Amino acid sequence: MQRLVIKGGRVVDPASGIDALCNIYIMGGRIASVKAAKDDETELIPGAPGLEIIDAAGLVVMPGLVDLHTHLREPGFEYKETIQTGAEAAAAGGFTTILCMANTRPVNDNQSVTSYIVNKAKGALVNVLPVGAVTVGLKGERLTEAAELKDAGCVALSDDGMPIVKSGLMRRALEYSKALDLTIISHAEDMELAGKGVMNEGAVSTRLGLKGIPNAAEEAVIARDIRLAELTKGRLHIAHVSTRGSVELIRSAKKAGVTVTAEATPHHLTLTDEAAAGYDTNAKMNPPLRAKVDVDCLRQALKDGTIDVVATDHAPQSVMEKDVEFDRAANGIVGLETAFSLVYGLVEEGVLTFNELVKVMSLNPSKVMSLDKGTLRVGASADIAIADLDAEWTVDPSTLKSKSKNTPYAGKAMKGKIVKTIVGGKIVFDCLKEA
Amino acid sequence: MKTKRKDLLGIENLTVDEIELLLSTAESFKEVSAREIKKVPTLRGKTVINLFYEPSTRTRTSFEIAAKRMSADAVNISIASSSAVKGETLKDTARNLEAMKPDAIVIRHSSAGTPEMLSRYVGCSVINAGDGAHEHPSQALLDLLTVKERLGRIEGVRLAIVGDIAHSRVARSNIYGFTKLGASVTVAGPPTMMPPGIERLGCRAAANMTDAIKDADVIMMLRIQLERQDEAFFPSAREYSRLYGLDADKLRTAKKDVIILHPGPVNRGVEISPDVADGPYSLILDQVTNGVAVRMAIFYLLLGASRET
Repeated sequence: MQRLVIKGGRVVDPASGIDALCNIYIMGGRIASVKAAKDDETELIPGAPGLEIIDAAGLVVMPGLVDLHTHLREPGFEYKETIQTGAEAAAAGGFTTILCMANTRPVNDNQSVTSYIVNKAKGALVNVLPVGAVTVGLKGERLTEAAELKDAGCVALSDDGMPIVKSGLMRRALEYSKALDLTIISHAEDMELAGKGVMNEGAVSTRLGLKGIPNAAEEAVIARDIRLAELTKGRLHIAHVSTRGSVELIRSAKKAGVTVTAEATPHHLTLTDEAAAGYDTNAKMNPPLRAKVDVDCLRQALKDGTIDVVATDHAPQSVMEKDVEFDRAANGIVGLETAFSLVYGLVEEGVLTFNELVKVMSLNPSKVMSLDKGTLRVGASADIAIADLDAEWTVDPSTLKSKSKNTPYAGKAMKGKIVKTIVGGKIVFDCLKEA
Repeated sequence: MKTKRKDLLGIENLTVDEIELLLSTAESFKEVSAREIKKVPTLRGKTVINLFYEPSTRTRTSFEIAAKRMSADAVNISIASSSAVKGETLKDTARNLEAMKPDAIVIRHSSAGTPEMLSRYVGCSVINAGDGAHEHPSQALLDLLTVKERLGRIEGVRLAIVGDIAHSRVARSNIYGFTKLGASVTVAGPPTMMPPGIERLGCRAAANMTDAIKDADVIMMLRIQLERQDEAFFPSAREYSRLYGLDADKLRTAKKDVIILHPGPVNRGVEISPDVADGPYSLILDQVTNGVAVRMAIFYLLLGASRET
């Protein structure tokens, strides 16, 4: 049987409490053993048939990253991204499992669309798990056949991109999904309150003369959803939390024992609405980039566990959607290939420990969705990311694997780089093999 | 005196010297419009394109006349006749126009930031003739010129701007322009139309109209778009007029020699009563006259021989 050994790296696996130099043995696509490097006397003969050795000295070895929030655009918008290119981008970013949202065309609201995605995903470099729609056509009117979606492969439910406007329907969705043990991911936005806003409402929108979206547009719906989760005991996960007020709502809900989890994106943790100055449409997203006080609060919430997960909200858009007037530009940025380095920036700044980074990017997302991922324990699938924390690089959109290049980080100097990504024991990304 | 600037995108990033240069140049061009033959050869052979994505009579005509009085060739493109309705993007339009080798594109657009984007696409000068709720620099310059002519100074002048501050590019450009030249600016309007953080632009936000105008040397009334009633910014034109319209009664609470500006077009009887609009304090038509001179100065300084390259 093929054996893969990752030798001498600093293994960080919060699930098993390991942060030490270890050798990881992989057989049959699974972790066979993890041995402390200093005690490991296993004789490895380089070049022996069936043996592959990765020298990870000076590198960090962690469970593959798990992204609960991506838009892979297939079916329907293949000119922006496909499952294949999205998975390539994920692999290059250290992600080994990604969830893809249902706002495709057609919407992933029935088993045939789910099966199409699952089929396409079989040839992809990383594990791609579909999220099914909560309501038919994301229209917020009628529940989807969630049991069938689950059978076809959906691991969660969300109308992401659109809020569920009707409170009664949201209540039923939270109740019904309990029997299926599926989490509802809420895109919390009061669209009437957000109005025609295109960025955060505040001093910057006033200066730029752009219409603003107040924090309350997000917070009002989060408050409602938390109450509904409390009422129904359903499983609620809040997508892309962006404001200080949202953090406070989630914090007090958790304290009160409500079953709610939450995610924040790397961009909401690292950029403020000032990024929109100069009318850079790559700084246009929904929810919008907020004020510094919100960013500081999100960072604190990530540290103290109020925010469980970092998720990218990877949202590829073509030049046609982005190289237009700010008011007309589409929302969103690509995030898979910059996420690790951006969050590592928070480690460098002292906001998180590296162990916490692995938690919020791998272990916690796996737990939130009850996925059998996010650990290097013996027997686990060998989904692994290897990073060089000293490597410095500059974001060059033209070299991104994603089909779309819409990133506000072009030209940004980064520290910490994914050098290898392994899925099921197979190397799916190797930076040394990049041109 | 020279300017290194390629574009005029707003007042926010102009220096005091640049604003003063524009105003003094405009003053010297006023005389041209008083001549029997209202034309100087300065910009002969230059081409100016007026690209208007939003309806405008006054501003477009003013830019066109200004270009013609400088002997430049002016071409007007308005949204009704442009490719925008056929779905051509701004970038494509810009590149196609650029290929015809204009010297300047004057752009008005309902989306803030569009002139700045355009300036990144083309090598010729870009002049902002109003972008969304962002800036309207030529309007602020003509307002400055009008006040300077009447009061002899800008420094120390107290300006009150009243109305829909949130949606007003005229308010923003004037806040920058007047404060840069040493005036103090107070804004007032319904709380629904007072944008957050407006003070950071350098003005004071007054609690009500009376407070805003009581010490003002200059009152600038903004045009109210009646469609905003439908978005619940105010309940009715009637109530708006009662609270924020400038009529003879409110005018009595202001200084005796206050002057009144309005960027036009005026909703008579809504933000300003007819007797006030036509009264002795009103400089509304002087503003229009000065608009031509200011736009001649803009063309001259951006396109004239004096521009450094």
